[in-house]
Formats: sequence, structure tokens, C-alpha cells
Amino acid sequence: MKVAELSAITSAFQEIKNRAELRWQTLYDSGKPVIMVGTATCGRAAGALEVLKAIRDELKRQNLDFPVIEVGCLGHCYAEPLVIISKPEYPPICYGRVNPVIAERLVKEFVIGDNPCLEFVLGALEENDLVPSFSDFPRAKYEKKVILKNCGQIDPKEIDHYIAKGGYSSLVKALHIPPEQIIEELKRSGLRGRGGAGFPTGRKWEVCCRAVGEPKYVICNGDEGDPGAFMDRVVLESDPHSIIEGMIIAGYTVGARYGYIYVRAEYPLAVEHVQIALRQARRLNLLGKNILGSDFSFDIRLFQGSGAFVCGEETALIASLEGKPGIPYYRPPYPAVKGLYGKPTLFNNVKTFAYVRHIINDGAECFASIGDERSKGTAVFALAGKVVNTGLAEVPMGTTLRQVIFDVGSGIPGGKHFKAVQIGGPSGGCLPESALDLPIDFDSLSDAGAMMGSGGMVVLDEDDCMVEIARYFLEFTQSESCGKCTFCRLGTKQMLEILNDITQGRGRIDDIDMLSQLAEDVIAGSLCGLGKTAPNPVLTTLRYFRDEYEAHIKEGRCPALMCRDLIAYYIIPEKCERSCDACVGTCTVEAITTNKKRIKVIDQEKCVKCGTCLDACPPQYNAVIKLSPPSEVPS
Amino acid sequence: MKTISLTIDGKRISANEGEKLLWVALGNGIYIPNLCGLQDNSQPPAACRLCFVEVEGKEKPVTACTETVTDGMVIDTRGGKALRLARTAFELLMSSQQVDCAHCAKNGSCELQQIAHHLNIKLKSNRFRRILRELPIDDSSSVFTYDPNKCVLCGRCVWVCRERLGIGAIGFAYRGFQRVVTTFAGEAFADSKCQECGECVRVCPCGALVFKNDKTEEEQT
Ligand SMILES: Cc1cc2nc3c(=O)[nH]c(=O)nc-3n(C[C@H](O)[C@H](O)[C@H](O)COP(=O)(O)O)c2cc1C
Ligand code: FES
Repeated sequence: MKVAELSAITSAFQEIKNRAELRWQTLYDSGKPVIMVGTATCGRAAGALEVLKAIRDELKRQNLDFPVIEVGCLGHCYAEPLVIISKPEYPPICYGRVNPVIAERLVKEFVIGDNPCLEFVLGALEENDLVPSFSDFPRAKYEKKVILKNCGQIDPKEIDHYIAKGGYSSLVKALHIPPEQIIEELKRSGLRGRGGAGFPTGRKWEVCCRAVGEPKYVICNGDEGDPGAFMDRVVLESDPHSIIEGMIIAGYTVGARYGYIYVRAEYPLAVEHVQIALRQARRLNLLGKNILGSDFSFDIRLFQGSGAFVCGEETALIASLEGKPGIPYYRPPYPAVKGLYGKPTLFNNVKTFAYVRHIINDGAECFASIGDERSKGTAVFALAGKVVNTGLAEVPMGTTLRQVIFDVGSGIPGGKHFKAVQIGGPSGGCLPESALDLPIDFDSLSDAGAMMGSGGMVVLDEDDCMVEIARYFLEFTQSESCGKCTFCRLGTKQMLEILNDITQGRGRIDDIDMLSQLAEDVIAGSLCGLGKTAPNPVLTTLRYFRDEYEAHIKEGRCPALMCRDLIAYYIIPEKCERSCDACVGTCTVEAITTNKKRIKVIDQEKCVKCGTCLDACPPQYNAVIKLSPPSEVPS
Repeated sequence: MKTISLTIDGKRISANEGEKLLWVALGNGIYIPNLCGLQDNSQPPAACRLCFVEVEGKEKPVTACTETVTDGMVIDTRGGKALRLARTAFELLMSSQQVDCAHCAKNGSCELQQIAHHLNIKLKSNRFRRILRELPIDDSSSVFTYDPNKCVLCGRCVWVCRERLGIGAIGFAYRGFQRVVTTFAGEAFADSKCQECGECVRVCPCGALVFKNDKTEEEQT
């Protein structure tokens, strides 16, 4: 671009930025307390909207016009709803597990009064002498927030907040740099795609930049169909402009005219926030014709997908955007060369785009200094399952699984034993205790048979049966298979039938070999990534937990006591407290009777193995146990 | 167009640049199992996964219908890895396929029989569990009968009807194991857009679509 044009861009943006900063400043300089409530989907599920209302109502009753701001997700999903109160003379304090009653108290006692209600504090956002700050948490040692930095700290519906926090300056900087140099910068940063496969982003941009065809497209993949994954949702809901900024830079770099953000329709809040963000960016001429007065024009549209898992596959996503059934096509040609409507199309994941502005702003070296040898930057995980702190965690690549699960996630609840971690969703694998010290990066994980995937991390403990876990994930991929190619349609179906047989006690000894042969063939023979990765949970559990498969097949025994057909409930006579009737009352099929000695006995014929008696038996007796195989029940 | 030369199973062959390997091989009398490809479809669906071959210099088998021939290419259609995949794919197909050759009009001209013979496996392989779908037969057309239980979902009929003829009377419905070739909204052929030209029957590799006047041996006697 010409020098005159560049200086016009800079001054146009400076004006926008000054206004935004002024708004942000006056928020805090007014001397009034500022109250923030996390109202992303996770917060809402825990009752954040009721908390928000309680705060607003109380302020109204007291005739106070203090700003109340809705923010996104801070990542501490285990402690939702969260409220942050910033008051002059105090550090910004975050309160956890707030309900409307606590909210009202916080307003009365801290916002109006001077009691910071320490009993409800989760942590302060800054170090101070009054309350422990998040940076004092053991997990802080391992966390490194890059793309989650704004999440939960700004109002995602206010472009000014984003700009005041430094947003869109990377775009302005990028417009001063020739596209080839941006590609070089991305390559040097070592950024790899966060959509699962970890393809080097700089190389993809280069291919698309060089590809011929007009107009080119940029597509952000926000399908996020993995069960248990919600990282992309959090970024879309809590910091949508970071994605939009990355996409505009991408559009400028590859020479695209249009962009699409593909969001699953099951994410209504993400859809709403992205729509608002696009409107606001357009109003400030950060999107649209002649962006900031330059000769570069680029606009983005939101597309609501059906949310099928396979629609996350890029060729299926393109088909779906074109109005055809979301079914994958054979590649090459890759979308970067021939994509949407046959034109070069740049595809990246939500998080990949969110990193771009940091690389442009802080430089490739800064990004590359985070992480390990082969994988750069941070990894964002959705921690779920048997772990104390469920929620989001952003850690440098190379952090070990142990650090994420035990230090960030605070380990396994209820004093149970860690058994495995399913990483990478249905395409990933189950890694055992011996893999806990593996560094989390693209290559270590795939060497171990798992994959980074999109970043779901489900922690499993001693009560989880690994055959059942494999069956669960295969059932998911099998039901999400589009059915186009033979291996995925029928191979996963056969594998699922075998796993059903094994978990239901009909397994045959040659089933294990058949499973691994089929798994190999489905991987090698499938048309798209869904089939090529679907057997991973089966292969990894076979590799690390083969003894559990064998116990099911040879002994009819489920070591984790999970598979219903292979267990029986039994009441230990010596432990049964004769005067207690708790189990009898809860049994829905009247399978529990009282014998002459007033001891409770389960009629195994009638028992449907629902487990309510086990839950009902008071903990001081703990008389009901599970046995496997069922023949263990003394007659 | 530039002519190039390549070697398939030790035989030197010349071909036009840009052609797909499957058609070059078939055109030169070298059989590679295939179901879903049609030579005039420039976007091969690559769905049946039967046409795996091994290409020198490539670690993994590739599908011949998608592989563009290049000069000097060396191909082995009978490599162990490729045959293993083709066999598994075929046995998977057959595990969910109704096999009843004696009562089938395509007996003798069925491509499934040809493939089984080529791969040296039985049509009724018992390697996998038999998982059949019991779908109703559509007998409403005056020209042909459609038995979805015998369909391998190759999609030739769908492509011919929609792309070659521009009619679009049939398409795929449902996902995964439930995937099926059907008319719009599953109506009977007689009530559909079908013009009874019979082109779909002519490309059907097996007994899913058969002409009504094609009697089976048993019926004729
Ligand atoms: C079955 C399947 C599902 C996928 N789902 C997603 C998804 O939900 N989000 C995503 O970003 N990528 C998904 N991908 C990967 C995309 O095809 C594509 O590689 C990715 O969006 C590229 O972005 P990246 O380079 O930033 O990783 C999926 C792939 C497969 C095979
Ligand atoms: S002919 Fe190649 S996959 Fe079907």
C-alpha cells in the first residue's frame, strides 16, 4: 500500500482507539465499583442470569447506577457462576459459586459497604495483600493465557472493550506489512492448526496466497462437534473479535474478499455474539469495503451449521456451505487450492485464527518461545470427567499430562485412582498412567496413539471400564459417520458390534484380533479423517488395557465393575444393619427381600442392576457391593 | 494431449496425461476391482474403497480411481497391502448384503461375483458378523425393480440420473449405516420424477436395480 494510504489507515484507527480507551477509562475512573458477571453458556448453566438479575435488582433498590457488565468465561467452570467486583482501593476480586442470595449480600456488604466477604472469594485478579490472587494458585505456575486472556475480562458485545485491550492494532500493523512477510512471520512462529491435525498454518496460508482463482475465501471452522469439547465455544462467546481480527489478517494475506464463520446452531450465544461483533466491526469500517480507508475490502458472514460432527471436516463443511449435504469429498485438490465454489479457500480453526493477532503483534519469536521443540505456543484444553477442576485450561505446549490433570485440574475427586485420560475426543486415544509424564504436543501424543484433536480431555478413574469407554466413543463416531465410504460405514459398525458383544459378555477370544485388524484397515482405507481416526480409542485401549478386554472375554468379568451384564449387586450379610430398610424402599422392581434374620437379600433373577440400592445404603454400613462376574455372588 | 508411459503389473502402457489410473488399467485389460467410479464423472466419489493399488515410492496403497497417472509410474495391482484393504472392503460390503445368486437376475453378469472371483474370496464370507437391513422392495416402476437390500451404495445410478441425464429422481438419504439410495422423500418410483429410462439399471453393478423382463434362470424354467 502507498505511504499516504498507510498513514491514513493509522490515523483512522487512532481515532477509533482513542474513543475506545476513553470509554474503558471512564468506566474505572468514575470512582464507582464495576461489577462483572460471567454469563457465557457455562455460567448460564450454573445460574448466572439469576445472579445478574439479583445484582441489578439490588442496585436498583438502592438507587445506584454502578456499571454491571456481562463478561465471558474465565475458565473456572467448576466454580460458576462467577462475579468480579472492582472497587477503588481494592484489587479486582472474583467470587465463585455465587447464587442470588450471595449476590445480594455482595452488593450490600462489599459494593456498598466495606466487607469484601472473604468467605465467597475465589481469587483476586491482581496480586495484593488482602486476598490470595489467581496467580498464587498452584495451577498458575503452569497456565499461560494467550488466546484466553480476554475471556471473562471484557464484554464480548462491546468492540470498544476489545480495542481498549489492544484489539485490532495487529490488523493495522499487518496492513503495513506485505503478505509474503506475514506468511514468513507465521512460518517462523511455528504455529500449527488447532483443528486437530496440526498442519503448519504459515504453509497453508502460503499455498492459498499463491493459488489462482477469484474470489478467494477464508473460512473459520467453529463446528466443534466432539463430545466434551467446548474450547471454541468459549472463544467465540467470550472474545469473538479476536477471531474476526485473525480472519481479516488472513483475508489480507491470501487476497480473499469474503469470509465465513461456521458456527454450530447448538451454540446460540456464540452465534449471537459473533453477529453483534461483525456488525460492530463493520460499523467501524474494520470490515467491509476499503477497510480503514485502504484499498483492501473484506467482509465476513456467519453461517449456522447443523452441528454434525462430520461437517467439521473441511470438504464436508464446504459442501454444507454450498447448500449440499455435509458429506466429505476426496482430497486433493485441497481447499486452499480449490475449495468453496471451486475457489481457493483458507480453512482454519477458531483458535488458530485467535493466535494470529498475537503473532503479528508480539512477533514470531515471542510465540515460538512458548512451548517445546516441535510444538509452539499454548494448548487449550477442556478438562472434563473425573477431575476436580473441570473447565478450560491454557498451558504451554510441552506441559505434561500429569501437570494438567493434577496441578491445573487438582487431580481426581473422591480419593479415587487415576486410570486413563481420553485426549482428542472420539478421534483421540486413551492414555494410561505410564503416559502421564508425556509432554503435551502434537507429536508426542500421536506417537502414543492419541492425538491433540481439538483439545477435549476426559479424565477417567478406577470406576471406568476401558472397553466401555472405547465402545462409547466408537458408538459416537459410528452414528456420526456420513455413510459414504465402505470402511467408515460398515467397518466401524462391525467394530461396534464386537465391542457390544464384549461388554455384554458375548465376546469371543478371536474378537481381539479381529478388532485390531479391522481398526488398522479402517484407518488405512477410509476416505476422510473421521474414519481414519475413529478406531484410535479402540487401538489405544487395546494397547494399554488389553487385560481388561481379556477379563471380559475369558472370565466374563468387568474389572471396573461398570458393564451391567457382567456385574451383580450383592448385600454383605455381616454388614447389613438389620433394622434399616433403605435399600428395600428404593428398589423399583422389588428385588430386595428381608430374610428370617432380618438381613436384606437381592433376588438376582429380579434385579435389573440399576444401582439405586448401592446409593441408598447408608455410608456407615456400605453393605451393598458390586461383584463381577455375577457368579461371584455366594449362593 | 501429452502421452506418457507407465508400468502396471510389469506391463508397459502408454496413456494420456491427466487420466485416472483406474480407467487406464481397465482400458488395457488389467482388472482392478471397482464399484463407485464412472469414467465420465470427473469427481470420483472414491466411496467403495475397492480399487486400492500400490504405487512405487508411496508408502500407503492409493485408490486407482483418484490417482492421476504420471510418466514413469510403476504400479502393482496385486500388492499385499492393497489386496488386504480391497478384501476387507469387499467382505464388509458383503457382510451387509443380501446374497441370493440363484434367484437374482444379475447372476452371471454381476460385478460382485467378478470381484469375489478376482480377490479369491467367497461371496458369502463369514469373516464378519452378518448385519442385514430389511428394507422394502420397490416394485412400482413398470420397467425395473429396486431392491435396496442388494444395493452396495456405489452411487452410479444417482450420478447418472442427476448429472448425466439431469433428472435427479434419486439420491442418497440418511447417514451412516442407514444410508440408502431412494427417491425424493422415499416415494415409490411410480410416483416419483423417474422417467423410466432405465439408465440407472444399466449402470447398476449388482442385483439392486434389475429390468422386469430380465428373468432369473429359475423363473424362466
Ligand atoms: C470428522 C472430522 C471432524 C472435524 N471437526 C473439526 C472441528 O470441529 N473444528 C475444526 O476446526 N476442525 C475440524 N476438523 C479438521 C478440519 O477438517 C480442518 O483440518 C481444520 O479446520 C483446519 O484448521 P487448522 O489448520 O486451523 O487446524 C475435523 C476433521 C474431521 C475429519
Ligand atoms: S472405484 Fe475407487 S473407490 Fe470406488
